[in-house]
Amino acid sequence: MSEKLLEIKNLHVMYKTDEDDVYALNGIDLDLDKGETLGLVGETGAGKTTIALSILKLLPERTGFITQGEILFEGRDVVNMKEEEMRMLRGNDISMIFADPMSALNPLHTVGKQIAEVIELHNTGMSHGEIEKKVDEMMELVGIPAERKTEYPHQFSGGMRQRIVIAIALSCTPRLLLADEPTTALDVTIQAQVLKMMDDLKERLNTAMIMITHDLGVVAQICNKVAIIYAGEIVEYGKIEDIYEGERHHPYTVGLFGSIPDITSNAERLTPIDGLMPDPTKPIPGCRFADRCPSCMDICSRKSPGMVNFDGHQIKCFLYESGEEN
Amino acid sequence: MSTATTPTGSTKSRYNAARKKSQWKTIWIRFKKNKLALAGLAVFLLMAVTVLSADLWLDFESGALTMDLANAYQAPSGAHIFGTDQYGRDYFTRVIYGGRISMFVGIATVAVSLTFGGLIGATAAYYGGKVDDILMRCMDVLMAIPSTLLAITIISALGSSMFNMIVAMGVSQVARMARIVRSAVMGVKGQEYIEACRACGTSDARIILRHIFPNAMGPVLVQVTQTVARSVITVASLSFVGLGVSEPTPEWGSMLSFAKTQMRYYPYLSLFPGFAVVMSVMSLTLAGDGLRDAMDPRLRN
Repeated sequence: MSEKLLEIKNLHVMYKTDEDDVYALNGIDLDLDKGETLGLVGETGAGKTTIALSILKLLPERTGFITQGEILFEGRDVVNMKEEEMRMLRGNDISMIFADPMSALNPLHTVGKQIAEVIELHNTGMSHGEIEKKVDEMMELVGIPAERKTEYPHQFSGGMRQRIVIAIALSCTPRLLLADEPTTALDVTIQAQVLKMMDDLKERLNTAMIMITHDLGVVAQICNKVAIIYAGEIVEYGKIEDIYEGERHHPYTVGLFGSIPDITSNAERLTPIDGLMPDPTKPIPGCRFADRCPSCMDICSRKSPGMVNFDGHQIKCFLYESGEEN
Repeated sequence: MSTATTPTGSTKSRYNAARKKSQWKTIWIRFKKNKLALAGLAVFLLMAVTVLSADLWLDFESGALTMDLANAYQAPSGAHIFGTDQYGRDYFTRVIYGGRISMFVGIATVAVSLTFGGLIGATAAYYGGKVDDILMRCMDVLMAIPSTLLAITIISALGSSMFNMIVAMGVSQVARMARIVRSAVMGVKGQEYIEACRACGTSDARIILRHIFPNAMGPVLVQVTQTVARSVITVASLSFVGLGVSEPTPEWGSMLSFAKTQMRYYPYLSLFPGFAVVMSVMSLTLAGDGLRDAMDPRLRN
C-alpha cells in the first residue's frame, strides 16, 4: 500500500493564448496510493480538469504547457515521456471518463466496437474471439446485457451511455482512473447508481481513482482523500474525515460547505461565497482567496501563505500559520 | 440485469455475422424508405447502364458520326426514335454517346477535386494554426473567381481537350471541396469522443481514418453528388460556348448549343439532350441526399 502510484510535485500549467497568458495551475502537489480515491473539488475554472489532462498529457496543443513541476506515474516521468510511450500509457494504465456521456461516444460505431477498440489497441495479438468475449464481459460488468453491444450510442439512455464510457475506461484494468465529473450530466437517481457501480468496480479491480467534481455529496460517498482546489492551487488537502469533520478549515472550504443546503438547519437562505475567482491572467502576490475571504488579514494580500500540516491534513492559510512560524 | 447469460460461441458468431451484414443492409433499408432518393438512384443507374452498354447495341461510327444529309432533320419516328440532326445522324445514338463524356467528366472532376480539396481541407483542419491560415487563404483566392469562369480561363490557357477540361473543372471545384471537408473535419475534431479516443491511446492515423472521416462524410457526400451534377452542367455549358468537346464528337452541351439555333423549327433537338442533362443532375442530387440520410445512424428510427 505504501507504494506511490502517482506523484505530482509543484505542477505549474499555463495556457498561452493570443491575448493573455493564463496561469491555470500554480504549484500543485498531490500523491495517490494504489486503490485510493482522491476527490478534486473546486469551482468551475479552478483547474481540476487541467490536472487530469496534464496527467494524460492531453493539454490542448499549442496553448497548454506544463511550465514547471513533475508528474511521476509509478516512478516514471510523464512530463518528458515520448508520445509513443504516452499512448501505451493512455487507456491501458491510466484512463479517463469524460463528463458528458452524450458526446463521449462516437455516434457512428456500435458500442461493442468502441469497447473492442481499446482492448484491441492495448492487447495486440489477442484473437477476435477473445476480444469479443472481453467486450461481453465488460458490458455485463457495468450491468448492460451483452446482446446490446450491436446497438449504437443513441439507442441508449444517458445513464447507460455513461456506463458504457466507464466500461471502455475500465476494459484494460487501468491502475489509475481519472473521472472528470462523471455524474454531472446524469440525474440524481442514475447518479447514485453509477457512483455505486464505480465504487464496486474500483474495489474489485483495485483501481486508484481521481474523482473530479464540484459536488461535495459525491465526494463524501466515494473518496478517501480530498483536495480542495481554488484558482489553480490546493488550499486544503486531507483525509475525508479531516475535510468533513475536522475542526480546522480553510475559509474557502468553509464557504463551500456553507453553499450546500442542509436539511437539519432551517436557514432561509444559503450563504454563498461572495465575489468571483481572481483573474487567472495576472500573477497574484498574496493569497488568491484574499479578496473573497471573510477572515482576511493584512498579511494575506502581501504574501502567499504556505501549507500548514496537521498530521496530513494540510491547509494553506495564515490563520493557522501564525502559531508555528513568523 | 447481470443475470443475462453470456452468449455461447454459436450465438456470438451469429451476432457478428448479423452485425457485419447489417451495416450495409440497414443503410439500404433506410435508403429504400426514401422513395424520392430511390427513384433518383433508379434513374441514375438506368442512365449509367444505358450509356455504358451502348457499344453492345449501338454503332458509334455509323450512328453518331457518319453524315447522311438526305435524312437531316427527321422528326422522331420508329427508325430514329429521337429523330436525326442537321447532318442526318441518329440523334438517339448521339445523346447516348454524349452522356459518356458528360458523365465521365463529371465523375473525373469530382475525383480530382475531392482528392486535392479533401487533402487540403483535412490538413488545414487537423493541423490548424498557420497551416490552416495559409492553405485556406489560397483557397479563398480560388473561391473569389466564379468557378465556371475559372474553368474557362484554364481551358483557354491549356487548349481544349478532354483531359484539360477535367483539369480545369477539377481545379475550379477544389476550393469548394476543401472548405466543405475542412468544416466537416473541424466539427468532428472538436467532439469529445475524439478527445476520449486520445485518452484511450488511439493513434492519430487511426483517429483520422476511423473516427473523423466517417463522421465527416455526410456533408462531403452531399457535396460530391452535387459536384458531379454541377460538373455535368459545366461540361455542357463549356461545350455550349465552344470550349469543351468539339464536333463531331457528341456531347450534350455542344448538341444543345447547335440546337438552340433551330429551336423554333426543330424543338426536339434541344429537348432530348436538355432532358438528359436535367435527369442526370436531378437523379444524382436526390440519390446523394438520400444516401447521406441513410448513412447517418442518428436519423434512424
